[in-house]
Amino acid sequence: MRIRKELFADERDDDLRLVGQPVRRQDIEGHVTGRTAFFDDHSVAGLLHLRCVRSTQHHARIRSIDTSAAERTPGVRRILRWADLPKKAHNILTIFDFGIDDEPALADGKVRYKGEPIVAILAESRRAADEAVAKVRVDYEPLPAVFDVEEALKPGAPLVNEYIGRNWFRYWGDYDCQQIRFGDVEAALRSADLVVSGRYQMSPIEHAPLETQGCIVVPAEDGRFTVYTCTQGLFFSLDNTAAQLKIESNRLHFVGGTVGGGFGGKVDTVVEPLAVLAAMLTGRPVRYVFSRAEEMQVSSPRGAERIYIEDGVMRDGRIVARKITHYHDAGAYSRLSTYGTIKSAAHHPGPYTIPNVWVDSWCVFTNRTPSSAMRGFGVTGGDFALESHMDVVARAIGMDPMELRIKNAYRDGDMKAHRKLTQGAALVECVQVAAELARWPLSEEARRDSSRVGGGGERARIPPTPTARTRAPGSTGTGARVEPARLGTGFAASEPRRGTTPLPGWTGGAGFPSSRPEPPRREAERREPPPEPPRPSTGGHGAIRFSSVFGSRRR
Amino acid sequence: MPLEVRSTPTLAEAASLLQAERAARFLAGGTLVVRAVNEGDVSFSTIVRTSDPAFTRLRTAGGRIELGAGVTMAQILASRELAFLHPAARSVGGPAVRTMATVGGNLFAPHPYGDFATALLALDARIRLASGFGAREVSLEELLRGRERTPRPLVASLSFERPADPAAFRFRKMTRTRPKGPAVLTIAAWLPLSGGRVSGARVAFGAMAATPIRARAVERALEGRPLSAEGVAVAVAAAAGEGDPPTDPIASAWYRQRVVGVILRRLLLGEP
Amino acid sequence: MRAVRLELNGVEVAAVAEGGETLLTLLRERLGDTSPKAGCLQGTCGACTVLLDGEPVLACLTLAELADGRRVTTVRGLADGPRLHPLQEAFMDGFAAQCGFCTPGMLVAAKALLDRDPNPTREQVIEAISGNVCRCTGYTPIVDAILEAARRMAGRRG
Repeated sequence: MRIRKELFADERDDDLRLVGQPVRRQDIEGHVTGRTAFFDDHSVAGLLHLRCVRSTQHHARIRSIDTSAAERTPGVRRILRWADLPKKAHNILTIFDFGIDDEPALADGKVRYKGEPIVAILAESRRAADEAVAKVRVDYEPLPAVFDVEEALKPGAPLVNEYIGRNWFRYWGDYDCQQIRFGDVEAALRSADLVVSGRYQMSPIEHAPLETQGCIVVPAEDGRFTVYTCTQGLFFSLDNTAAQLKIESNRLHFVGGTVGGGFGGKVDTVVEPLAVLAAMLTGRPVRYVFSRAEEMQVSSPRGAERIYIEDGVMRDGRIVARKITHYHDAGAYSRLSTYGTIKSAAHHPGPYTIPNVWVDSWCVFTNRTPSSAMRGFGVTGGDFALESHMDVVARAIGMDPMELRIKNAYRDGDMKAHRKLTQGAALVECVQVAAELARWPLSEEARRDSSRVGGGGERARIPPTPTARTRAPGSTGTGARVEPARLGTGFAASEPRRGTTPLPGWTGGAGFPSSRPEPPRREAERREPPPEPPRPSTGGHGAIRFSSVFGSRRR
Repeated sequence: MPLEVRSTPTLAEAASLLQAERAARFLAGGTLVVRAVNEGDVSFSTIVRTSDPAFTRLRTAGGRIELGAGVTMAQILASRELAFLHPAARSVGGPAVRTMATVGGNLFAPHPYGDFATALLALDARIRLASGFGAREVSLEELLRGRERTPRPLVASLSFERPADPAAFRFRKMTRTRPKGPAVLTIAAWLPLSGGRVSGARVAFGAMAATPIRARAVERALEGRPLSAEGVAVAVAAAAGEGDPPTDPIASAWYRQRVVGVILRRLLLGEP
Repeated sequence: MRAVRLELNGVEVAAVAEGGETLLTLLRERLGDTSPKAGCLQGTCGACTVLLDGEPVLACLTLAELADGRRVTTVRGLADGPRLHPLQEAFMDGFAAQCGFCTPGMLVAAKALLDRDPNPTREQVIEAISGNVCRCTGYTPIVDAILEAARRMAGRRG
C-alpha cells in the first residue's frame, strides 16, 4: 500500500501515525484463542428454545391456525400468537418519529411474504420445538402476489401492506417519492447533442454472516431481562425492543458488541422482541437463533433496485442533464428501506457537476422478503447504475471513460443538485491515480486537471427550477404548491402522521379489510393536517439523526 | 420424540433394524443424516449405525476394486491404487467433510451433490445391498432410480472393474467458487481407446438431473470416433439434450444446458 | 442418554449426551468449550472444525457418542500454556481475523495441515481451508498467515 501524501498536502497535518501502519486488533487475541464470547457462547441453564412456524405462501389471508397437536407435543411450554403481542405492529424507525408501524412480529391474519413468522413455539429442546413446528396446521387463502416494483405501482396491483395503505411509501405525508429538482431537465434534454438512456437492475444480496442472527434472554429476579445479542446497534435494538413490548427501556440490559459478521444485516431487531416477550410470558430464559436456512430466506437482504437513467450529453463530453428514476424494492415491510430510499436520492446524480438534475426515488412494497440495510444500501445500487452508465455514455460519444469522468467531476465550489456547495472534492485526483496505476493513457489536459480548479462561479449558481411533482398513477395529494426551499432540504423526511396512527377500520385478524389499494380520496375527505413546515436544520433533522445512529461509514 | 442412536456390530443387524422401523435412517458419515436433524427434519427418530469392519474396508487387490459403503473420501485420497479417483474424491467438500463423507452416502446425496457417485457411474459400479434388502447386486443406475424409496436401500459395498488404463478415466467438476463449491455440473467419463478411436465409452453427468445420470446419446456419438475436435463434435452437440437439469441457486436449467457441451468438449479434448 | 469420555485438549473429561446429540453441542453446552462455532449446522461453513484423533471433522455433523474414547482438539488446545501457537501469533500479526467467528475453525483446519505437512505450498494451504468460510477479511491474509506460521515454525526447528 502506498499513501499519496503529495495530494492535498496543504489541507491536512501530515502526522499519520496509524494509517498505513500494521496495527494489532484490540480483540484479536480472544479471536485466535477461542475466548471471544459471542451471544451464543453464554451458558444458561434451563433454556427454552423458540422456533417459528413460517409462511409457505407469498401472500395469503390466514383462515385458521390449528396448534392443538403442537401444544400436546412433549416439551412444548407455550405458543405465541399475534394476540400475545403488546404492540400489534412496529417499524424500527418510528422510535425516531419516522415512518409507519407496518410489521407485526407474528402474522396478523395475513402473510405478506414467504417465510413470515406466524406463531412461535417455546419448547424444552430444539428437537421438541422442531416437532411442534411440523404439527401446526395453517389454512391459507392465497392472494394474488406482486414481485416487481413497477408492477406494484400500477393501479389495480394487489395491496401488499394495509398499514402503509398503498404500495409505495409516501414521504412528508404528501410526496409519493423522494425528489430532486435542479434546473430544467426537460429543456436540457431537448437541447443536448445526444440523449443516452439505460435501465439497471440489482438483485437482492444476502449478507450471509457466519453467525446467524439470534439472542439469549435471561429474566432476572428484579423484573429486568438480560439480552445476549448479536445486534449491530445495541442501544437501537434495546430501544426498539422496549417500544415493541411497551416496557421501560431500563428493564432491558443488552449485552453485545461482539458480532459474528453483520454487514448491516443485524440491525433489524427481529429476534429480540419475540424472545424477550417469550421470557416475560414464561419466566424462563429463552434462546432464539435463526437456522442457516432462515438466515438465507427470512433475514433482510439488500433490496432489489431498478434504476433508469437518461443523460443529455454534448459532443465534447459535458453531461448537461441527468434524469433518474430509482425504485427500491422494500419487500413486504419498511424496515430500513424508507431510509435507504432517502440515501439513494441523496447520492444521485453521483460525484459529477451536472447543471440539470431530476431524480425520483421510490420506496415500493412487494411480496418479497423485506429488505433492509446492507453496506451503503441505496448508494451501492445507485453507483452500480451511475458508473455503468458513465461507460455507456463514453462509448456513445466515443470518449475515453476516464476522461469523461474527469471532465464532469465536481470541483470545489460547485453547487450540487442538493443545494450544497462542494468541498474537499478529490474525484479528479482519484481517477488520475487509478489511470496511472492501471497504465491507462490520459491526455495531457486530463493529467493536469485538478479538483481545485474550474469550480465555483457560474457553477455555484442554483438554476431556475420548475417544481413539477411526481404522483403515483392513481395517487392523490394535497395539491399544495411546492416551495423550492423545501425541495432543497427534502431529505429530512418526517411523516406528519405519527407512526403509531392506527389504520382506519383496521382490527387485524378476523374481518380483514379487502386487499385492494384505497380508492382515490378527494380533497374534502382528507383529515390529516397539512405537511409540517421544514424543520430548522439545527435540530430534529431526520437525516442528521439517521447518520448519527447508523453512521453511513459503518455500513 | 427424542432421537435414539442404535449402534450394531454387524451390517446385517443394522439392516434388520432398518427393516423393523421404516422411519429409521442409517448413518454412515453423518454429513446428510445429522444435517437433516440439525435442520429440523423430524421425519425419523431413530438413527442406525454399524461398527462392522467390513463397512469401511477398501480392497484394491484383484481385478475388481471393492469399497465398503463406509469408506470415506479421505480413505480414497490415502490410497495410491485409487489415484485416478483422487480428483473426484477431492471435489467433495473440504478436508473435514472428506474425513466424514462416505462413498455409500454420496450415492444418496441430493442434487447438486453426488460428484463421487457421478464418477462411479462412469466406472459402471455394481452395488451390493445389505441382507434384508435382498443381499443382491444392482447396477448403480438402478440404485439411483429407486434411492428415494422407503425404506431406503442399505448399501453394503460397491465394486468396479480395475481400469486397465487409469488415464482413460476423466473427471471435471464446474463450480462457481474456487477452489470448492457445489456443482454447476460434473462430468465423469470412461474413454478407452482402440486404435485411436473410442470403444465402449461411458459418460456420466452430475447435477444435470435429479440424480447423476448416464449420458447415453453422448456415449453413442463418441463410439468409434477419435478424441479430436471433429471427432467429438456430434457428442458435444448431444450433451445439451441429456437429462433434465434443475434450476437452483447455483445455476439455472438454461445455463446448465448451455454450458454442459463446453465442459464436455474440454474434458474430451483434454483442454484446461 | 449416553456417557461420553474423551480427551479434550489433553485433559480427560466426561459428560452425558442426549440421544443424537452432536459433538458440537457436547463441547459447547456440556464441556464448556465454546470455541467451535455453530455457523451453518450443515457442513458448509467449517466454523465448528475440530480434530478427532488428529483428523479434521465437523463437530456439528459428528455424533457425540462417536467421540467416546478419542482425542478431541479445539483451538483452545493450540497454545502451549501461556505461549500461543505460531499459527495464532501469525493470525494476530497479519490481521487474519476480523469478526472472529470463523477463526477457531480456520486455525484448527490450518493446524491439521501443518501437522501433516509442515512446509505446504500456497495451493495446499488454500485446499486445506477450502471447507472454511470467512465473510469478513477475504482469504488472502488468512492464507498469508498460515504460510508465515509455517515459515516461523521451520525457523524454530532450525
